[in-house]
Amino acid sequence: MDDLLAARSQMAMSLAFHIIFAAIGIAMPFLMIIAEWKWLRTKDEIYLTLAQRWAKGTAILFAVGAVSGTVLSFELGLLWPTFMGFAGSIFGMPFSLEGFAFFTEAIFLGIYLYGWKRVPPRAHLFAGAMVALSGVLSGIFVVIANAWMNAPTGFRLVNSTPIDVDPIKAMLNPAAFGQTLHMTLAAYAATAFLVAGIHAFMLRRDPHNRFHKAAITIALVVGGVSAILQPLSGDYLAKSVARTQPVKLAAFEGQFQTEQGAPLRIGGIPDETAGVTRHAVEIPYALSILAYGDPNAVVKGLNEFPADERPPVAIVHISFQIMVACGAAMMAVAVWAAWRYLRKRRRQTWLDSKWFLRALIAAAPLGFIAIETGWTVTEVGRQPWIIYGVMRTSEAVTPMPGLVVPFITFTVLYIFLAVITVFLLLRQVAASPRIPEPPAKEARLAA
Amino acid sequence: MPLEIVIASVMIAALVLYALLGGADYGGGVWDLFAFGRRAREQRTLIAKAISPVWEANHVWLILVIVLLFTAFPPAFAAIATALHIPITLLLIGIVLRGTAFTFRTYDLQRDDVQRRWSLVFSIASIITPVLLGTILGAIASGTIRVENGAVTSGFLRSWLAPFPIAVGLFALTLFAFLAAAYLTVEAPKRELQEDFRARALVSGVAVGLLALTVFVLAKSDAPTVRAGISRSWWALGLHLLTGMFATAAFYALWTRRYKLARVCAAAQITLILLGWAFAQFPHVIEPDVTIASAAAPQITLELLLIALAAGAIVLFPSYYYLIRVFKAE
Repeated sequence: MDDLLAARSQMAMSLAFHIIFAAIGIAMPFLMIIAEWKWLRTKDEIYLTLAQRWAKGTAILFAVGAVSGTVLSFELGLLWPTFMGFAGSIFGMPFSLEGFAFFTEAIFLGIYLYGWKRVPPRAHLFAGAMVALSGVLSGIFVVIANAWMNAPTGFRLVNSTPIDVDPIKAMLNPAAFGQTLHMTLAAYAATAFLVAGIHAFMLRRDPHNRFHKAAITIALVVGGVSAILQPLSGDYLAKSVARTQPVKLAAFEGQFQTEQGAPLRIGGIPDETAGVTRHAVEIPYALSILAYGDPNAVVKGLNEFPADERPPVAIVHISFQIMVACGAAMMAVAVWAAWRYLRKRRRQTWLDSKWFLRALIAAAPLGFIAIETGWTVTEVGRQPWIIYGVMRTSEAVTPMPGLVVPFITFTVLYIFLAVITVFLLLRQVAASPRIPEPPAKEARLAA
Repeated sequence: MPLEIVIASVMIAALVLYALLGGADYGGGVWDLFAFGRRAREQRTLIAKAISPVWEANHVWLILVIVLLFTAFPPAFAAIATALHIPITLLLIGIVLRGTAFTFRTYDLQRDDVQRRWSLVFSIASIITPVLLGTILGAIASGTIRVENGAVTSGFLRSWLAPFPIAVGLFALTLFAFLAAAYLTVEAPKRELQEDFRARALVSGVAVGLLALTVFVLAKSDAPTVRAGISRSWWALGLHLLTGMFATAAFYALWTRRYKLARVCAAAQITLILLGWAFAQFPHVIEPDVTIASAAAPQITLELLLIALAAGAIVLFPSYYYLIRVFKAE
């Protein structure tokens, strides 16, 4: 393994690991405060139990997310010092803002987790809301920095040094809005579907437990809305990729030839040597419509670009297909859930379906598969560039030899952390809590 | 004052806060390892109670220093990350193991053997991490990292694998342990525990003094510029006198069991040590080739950064105050 490949592998592994905890850190506090808010309003004990159990899980995941995020902030320089030396002053701004958002998150999470008995109920709920808000902001700032790598703006290149630096313009780069919206929705959808799936599994083993029903309801409202909105944000993002990174769009779609009225390919395996994508189902004109809103629009093919400026097509295309498929399946489950919920709500039986619960269990990992493959699409699709069109990944890597050693070390460390985290979470959720009857007032209302 | 110096000062301030708050969390880990005697379990419980609600927030000071470094002084970050790749990687492993082991211990089985296993990982990582942190700062100060045209020419080992940086690392460890023990005397709920941590503070205070001397002696040959900076100028003498005064006062206060006073003096002592280092190294980010001015980002970046810092501070300080008040006001 050469050093460049080792550096890329370490970065990819660190990001793939961290993104799971980051996404949960963004969305889980929101679920927590909904449960706590319902507890304050209804005084129904199950919501308090729910908020506290979710908080325990969040505490474990947040700690792993915080330290793996710290690792990443250093790894930017450990692995890509040339990149950071060049880009720090241009795109460091969102990272600095993220620093403060993360501060707020950590402070109020401390209050939330350990302050149940120390601060008044409203202050406690407020602390939770601050965690949820700053979590979203943290994510947005980091994704803005990544968007800049895809659509670098806010400087001019003279003799390969940046001048006329404008950090605000760099933050408002053309990829920023699409990417941040897509990732924020993804975090909510993925986390909420995972939570719903776990509680659906528990509900199958312990039917009629109101605790799990309440959990699924909260999770599916958040996850369902996000999953239904997500294709819209995806469409917006793809259109922005078509404008700013046409070669990446061509890789998404396995589009080798420049084509007027290009078809949308579903599935298929790109053959990079032959320059064709085989075995795909093609929907005529659909790609031209989706990318440019015009059935006769010209979509640039990969052959339009020099061979050394094309990303690895097969990985990007297949990852893109997996991401879209997962998103579509989640949207379908969300629509099904909405239909059941609206139809059967009054009868309190909307979750009494074996097949619906099975679907929720099956959908549990889909959001995270979509996040991982989606980031693969974003990052591998940008190659061979670290800053699109400006600096190659191979130019950015550290001169440090033997990078395979830290790669293997961190991989082993993260596998160990993953195993322990899963084990501890399983222990936390394993037992369904014994749930008291609903409080008298609600029972009267129900009757 | 030029903006880059303002930002550099903010970074030093953030580093001081990291030492005073995050440093004490590492020190807590040290005393977790050295918890012994009849009250070993009570000592560990007290340490865990002191750290739990605040360590995540305290840890963010380090992240703030790093993002400020790569935004305001990008070439310095690139050079440090290249020359000190190995100790920084080890530092990261320490940070990961410290944070996760501490959290896993809280949420794993409360059985003794399970708890002891996590405690061991937590406390050993709490010892190794500050040593590496000090080693990194020592290497930056020593003048052995050489940079030409933005490229590091001094290799990957020589600058940090040397007596001076490692002595600074051990010095940092003893300082954090001393600080933690001084804090814990105030937070201990009963007299016996106070006495336990008083003894620990006094012992580690002696170690601090010995290592300070070692660092000073080694600096003569290994970090001559910084040593010259420390011993030459008019303010340096004043700063030393003040540091020494607070060190003595901290000792005296511990001896006479005035714990709140000891806490303040210990914190002031560490603040002054870091300030002394910062002044001695001024105007270099990395001795001797990278200065604050030569590494500074364009003015516009610094201006915006300063605005962001001001805005961030408005949210940060009240929130932090609230956190500390909720958990430390007794």
